[in-house]
Amino acid sequence: MRSILPVLTVIAAICGIWYLAAVRMNATWVYDQAAREGREVMLVDLVAETLTQERPVLPAPHQVVKGLWDGVAGQKITSKRSLVYHGWVTLSATLLGFAMGSVAGILLAVGIVYNRAMDLSVMPWAIASQTIPILAIAPMIIVVLNSLGVTGILPKAIISAYLSFFPVVVGMVKGLRSPDAMQLDLLRTYSATGAQTFGKLRLPSSMPYLFASLKVGVAASLVGTIVGELPTGAVAGLGSRLLSGSYYGQTVQIWAALFAAAAVAAGLVGLIGWIERATLKRMGMVR
Amino acid sequence: MAQPVIEARDLNLVFQTGDGPVQALKDVNLTIGQGDFVSFIGPSGCGKTTFLRCIAALEHPTSGVLKVNGMSPDEARRRRAYGYVFQAAGLYPWRTIAGNIRLPLEIMGFSRDEQEERVKNVLQLVDLDGFGKKFPWQLSGGMQQRASIARALAFDADILLMDEPFGALDEIVRDRLNEELLKLWARTGKTIGFVTHSIPEAVYLSTKIVVMSPRPGRISDVIESPLPRERPLEIRDSKEFIEIAHRVRDGLRAGHGDAM
Ligand SMILES: Nc1ncnc2c1ncn2[C@@H]1O[C@H](COP(=O)(O)OP(=O)(O)O)[C@@H](O)[C@H]1O
Ligand SMILES: [Mg+2]
Repeated sequence: MRSILPVLTVIAAICGIWYLAAVRMNATWVYDQAAREGREVMLVDLVAETLTQERPVLPAPHQVVKGLWDGVAGQKITSKRSLVYHGWVTLSATLLGFAMGSVAGILLAVGIVYNRAMDLSVMPWAIASQTIPILAIAPMIIVVLNSLGVTGILPKAIISAYLSFFPVVVGMVKGLRSPDAMQLDLLRTYSATGAQTFGKLRLPSSMPYLFASLKVGVAASLVGTIVGELPTGAVAGLGSRLLSGSYYGQTVQIWAALFAAAAVAAGLVGLIGWIERATLKRMGMVR
Repeated sequence: MAQPVIEARDLNLVFQTGDGPVQALKDVNLTIGQGDFVSFIGPSGCGKTTFLRCIAALEHPTSGVLKVNGMSPDEARRRRAYGYVFQAAGLYPWRTIAGNIRLPLEIMGFSRDEQEERVKNVLQLVDLDGFGKKFPWQLSGGMQQRASIARALAFDADILLMDEPFGALDEIVRDRLNEELLKLWARTGKTIGFVTHSIPEAVYLSTKIVVMSPRPGRISDVIESPLPRERPLEIRDSKEFIEIAHRVRDGLRAGHGDAM
């Protein structure tokens, strides 16, 4: 209960600043409008008019909340205007991409730890892959895959996997290498095989590292999916809501989609955090 | 005479390092018999750990002959000749105490029933009955080290190699564990190689004290202890005890030139 007060204070402060910014940024339009009609603008009018515009430069918090509410609860969830529908489209591609990225990341990490050639060759490529702006190659991936007849959820999931494998590789390599020389020597004194060393020491030791990087990876996955939804003129998904919102100047729609994406991300990270706690607790690693 | 358990002849080991070769062991000759309690004492860097690791086939001598139970160290390890206790207990935090002791048994392929049986026995042996279900962090440092000794004993190796096992513990706990270790040794008849840099600890525990000196690492004295095998803690005030301690100190000083 005591931690809720600071949280509320921060939220209140952010809302306050946001309202001020909304008044300031939307004022130009109000003044232009008033000048055209040849009337004076009182402060009260200014506040009232800046916070209720249909297409504000910066929507006020209550407008975003209303947009979110309409999107989530105001529609049938099968409707093209439902955020639940679009959220699910994005979420399903994110989950598929995250699963592919995580599996690829873990396999690459095992290869890097056990194979010297891979150790020397894979990491530079993995790093290079992440320095390429995703916005630049996402359209190419989609176009190439489309021409190969791969359409639907898969191209988006591949872009999502492309962003999420990297933190998993980095974290997992570190985790698999975390046992110290003494722990490895102990297993040597038992003449343990490579597979036993992996299963009984390296893999369990890597769990805390794996979960930390899965949390980063799942957020990256979501970003990847949304980026994958932008260039195709996709008709569904949170990315398409962002895109169509910006076409038609529907800023409330953009902000509502952004907050929906943030909520999905928070939910995914929270879910992994929960699995992490449950797993580490079962392993006896949480006190 | 029966076959020696450990026999080293003209053993040399040179590490190639970035700063050039380091002679960690030079012309080491040593014979350890069945049931001996041998302490290795000397300043740090004199090759105590390296010698123990050679016996365990974790390190390989550059020249010379080393036999463990008449076999090469590698062969002896495959036959489960020794259990090794490191300075840190090194228990897996994700396994219970029983789970940790079961680790070598799982790796060596003991049956489920046999594993349970052995875990129970060694827990009793190190006086940790009833702690099997606890996790390592729930135990004190001394108890953790006892658990790691139990782990080394679980598969019935007849050599126990211990590298400063009590070095990180306070003196009171250490005294108790030393006493218990002697009891355990008397009960099991194992051959023990024990690294320490405490003179009283070496004299109290050992039937044979190997004094080593550094640069290059070599044996400067081997002392056969005249103390009886039965040793109450008070023996440390006896005349014999103090005489041996003197001889160890002299050996350490001689090995160090006159720098000490
Ligand atoms: N793996 C290694 N590589 C290079 N030098 C080593 C290695 N292990 C030990 N040494 C060197 O060998 C010498 C003996 O070390 P060690 O056996 O650990 O001594 P002690 O256990 O008596 O303190 C030291 O000079 C140490 O620096
Ligand atoms: Mg040492």
